[in-house]
Amino acid sequence: MKHTSALFKTLFVGLLACASLWSAAVWAQAQSFTLNNGMTLIVKPDRRAPTVAHMVWVRVGAMDEVDGTSGVAHVLEHMLFKGTPTVPAGEFSRRIAALGGRENAFTSRDATAYHQQVPADQLETVMRLEADRFANNQWPDDEFVRELAVVKEERRQRTEDSPRALFFEQFAATVWTAHPYQRPIVGWMSDLQSMTADDARAFYRQWYMPANAAVVVAGDVDVAQVRQWAERYFGAIPARAVPARKPRDEPVQQGPKRIDYRAAADQAVVVLGYKVPHVADPARIDAASTDALALTLLASVLDGYDGARLGRALVQGQGGPRLADSVSASHDLSGRGPQLFYLSAVPAKGVSPEVLVAALQAQVKRVAQQGITQAELQRVKTQWTAFETYKLDSVFNQAQELGDQWTVGWGLEGQAQLMAALRTITPAQVQSVAQRYFGDEQLTVGVLWPDAAKRAAATQRPAQAQPALRH
Amino acid sequence: MLPILQQRHKPSPAGWALVIGLFLSTVSHAAIDIEHWTEPSGARVYLVSNPSIPMVDVQIDVDGGSRRDPARQAGLASATAQLVSSGVAAWQGQPARDENALEEAWLDTGAQFSADATSDRFTFKWRSLTDPAWLPQAVALAAQQIAAPTFSAAVWQRDRERQIAAWQEAENRPDTHAVRAFDRAVYGTHPYGQEETPQTWRAISVSDMRAHYRRSVQACRASITVVGAVDKAGAQAIVGPMLGAMGQAACTPLPAVPEVAALSAADVQQVPFNSAQAQVLVGQPGITRRDPDFFPLFVGNYTLGGGGFVSRLTTEVREKRGLSYSVYSYFSPALHAGAFQIGLSTRPDQAEQALGVARQVLKDFVEQGPTEAELQAAKDFLIKGFALRIDSNRKLLDNVANIAWNGLPLNYLDTWTQQVQAVTTADIRRAFQRVIQPDRMVTVVVGGR
Repeated sequence: MKHTSALFKTLFVGLLACASLWSAAVWAQAQSFTLNNGMTLIVKPDRRAPTVAHMVWVRVGAMDEVDGTSGVAHVLEHMLFKGTPTVPAGEFSRRIAALGGRENAFTSRDATAYHQQVPADQLETVMRLEADRFANNQWPDDEFVRELAVVKEERRQRTEDSPRALFFEQFAATVWTAHPYQRPIVGWMSDLQSMTADDARAFYRQWYMPANAAVVVAGDVDVAQVRQWAERYFGAIPARAVPARKPRDEPVQQGPKRIDYRAAADQAVVVLGYKVPHVADPARIDAASTDALALTLLASVLDGYDGARLGRALVQGQGGPRLADSVSASHDLSGRGPQLFYLSAVPAKGVSPEVLVAALQAQVKRVAQQGITQAELQRVKTQWTAFETYKLDSVFNQAQELGDQWTVGWGLEGQAQLMAALRTITPAQVQSVAQRYFGDEQLTVGVLWPDAAKRAAATQRPAQAQPALRH
Repeated sequence: MLPILQQRHKPSPAGWALVIGLFLSTVSHAAIDIEHWTEPSGARVYLVSNPSIPMVDVQIDVDGGSRRDPARQAGLASATAQLVSSGVAAWQGQPARDENALEEAWLDTGAQFSADATSDRFTFKWRSLTDPAWLPQAVALAAQQIAAPTFSAAVWQRDRERQIAAWQEAENRPDTHAVRAFDRAVYGTHPYGQEETPQTWRAISVSDMRAHYRRSVQACRASITVVGAVDKAGAQAIVGPMLGAMGQAACTPLPAVPEVAALSAADVQQVPFNSAQAQVLVGQPGITRRDPDFFPLFVGNYTLGGGGFVSRLTTEVREKRGLSYSVYSYFSPALHAGAFQIGLSTRPDQAEQALGVARQVLKDFVEQGPTEAELQAAKDFLIKGFALRIDSNRKLLDNVANIAWNGLPLNYLDTWTQQVQAVTTADIRRAFQRVIQPDRMVTVVVGGR
């Protein structure tokens, strides 16, 4: 086996040369255009297969909602499937299916996106249909009533029957006082119960205009042809000004916050959220962005892989007792609003949540005091570099990445600039952010406590004694 | 663990993944060039060279899935797969590595490796860059990983504790009880219905895992699929060391596993639960992958409940009545007759109504089959959308591994659209009437009121 290396070099140098020739032929850089009415068009040719991903992104999400109508961005997203004057309810989906296409849509805090994957020769039809519903969505009140019932079932399915989802909803509402990230994307049930058809129509009129949207196309396409279709179908939509957005800035937190949530559960959950910077624009890396990049690397050395620092110390119990059944660290590097660094964990049987909160904090402190090794950092960077190649396998994911970047106002080179900036981060910078961002001034602690009585009531099983907790 | 960041228009629950996985048997308008050969060890290799991205995927399947678990040790195959990453012994010049050193070694190659067990298969998946700076070490590590897993008793004890705690937590969810009741009723004593519990996990030792691994992971039993920027010689340079790392015994036939028994009567189970939604599951044993009516049932199910927004179940339950966010039907064809299942969840007081609608849709479909227009819509979707089933290395890997595992013809993908095109409404009606018995179904309602 010692000679494998040489053998492989011989075999694969040839293949690689071949691969790069192919690359030149099948890929091209993404290009961006602004249509006459202010709509953005982004096209990324990738000719590996005769298929195409088409997405329309609207820069409006749950964060653009106001009190009393939480969930309306998502309800409206459902209503976009309910017709236009020329395409009756349900017909959009039937036509996409008849083309051999797949489709769906999603709403996030920051954006709403509609997407189809179709054979490349069907792209024009999809663009025509999508432009029609972007501009002319229209439905009777009874369609709204039925679809609102579906959305309530969605909330029951995804949130109300999951104690952890309900807990995270409450956690976000505790973290944010003024910022609209305080509200769940699906909306509070009470707001859904009282939502009217006109709430959805008003939100549509307020936010669905060309200058607030982008068409993203990735796949087997000719850029000039796509541009021509975009001008014809999307470019014909009348321009309207995007309304001013109220900032609703979060007041600076002045000390720790906490939420205790009692649920029909056996396992506790602890979550720590620290308000930290994010990358506003990777083309202009300032001090805050550098800190954000270092925080993302910190999350990776803590929990970027099995047996990273948190898992090794808390789940495996290396160098001490085993305190957790699962752990997580994460940082949201970008977004339209402010972002958090999360530490979370499920305690091992018999371990108190308070012990685990302290243990999670101690792991960050260890980095603050002793730093990390160059090898640890390199390991994370290697993983990301490889992933940059693997992700090319999915045309849809490429379209998704371009849409995400547009949503937060990054340029087409955003991801590449970000990766280049990440490679420059040093162990000292990671240690420095561990020292500066993890006091309790910007901290929110959430604990989900198992509640035996609630559990018994939910499962209709006899209440069992609480497992003894070690404090 | 983190907050849900998206709400989707249509659900993509586990059930869908299952359907897609099982039916991701696909076809192309352009022929898919699959090179196939048998290695001296008996392993069957399937290669699709796709040079456009400098990466390569390998999937290795052997007959070591959970259908071979002894009843008192249900979960053995899964635990074995899980513990493959618990460390490796020194092997061919590579040092011994504990679970963490092993994970770090993988990260340092930029490659990805996983072991997994499903009902039928024990599967390794490996992905690497083809850059010669990375590839050789990724191959050598895969070989060591396959040859010399240690099956650490300490790791098993720890992971079993975590698994038991998660199992206990899952008891608080209505869907746990729905799936359990459904599987018991549909599969009876067949291994497909064997339930993993803390008790069966406690009966599994690492020496049981070693024995299961030795029995299953034999080169002569392997079907291997390679997709990526390699030619035949390149593929052999990758799979050669992996095969050399597997057992080299001459393969004798493994014991036969019995077939799933048909249901003799309807079985309705109401399980009390105070949840926001009632969980409703309806079904029965379905078909094996060898069933001659695979295509009529596959195409027919698109119209019944497989076709997202445009299926009859979605139209009647969701679109017309607003009763559920998600409603579906699927077959799970496998070595034995996997379940046919209809599922939905709805507010508890609507459970009876939604169940009634779903049953009526099924009854009508079995009696009358699809209309000609519905069949045409199904064919349009499946045939025109064929390219979407094979437009990435990952999707090609799934499809070619399906051919390899099920012994399907090498031109299976090339003739798939013709097979779909040939299906008639009469075929679908006949096949559904033969396979589906609406009056002898299992019905489970958890949390209905």
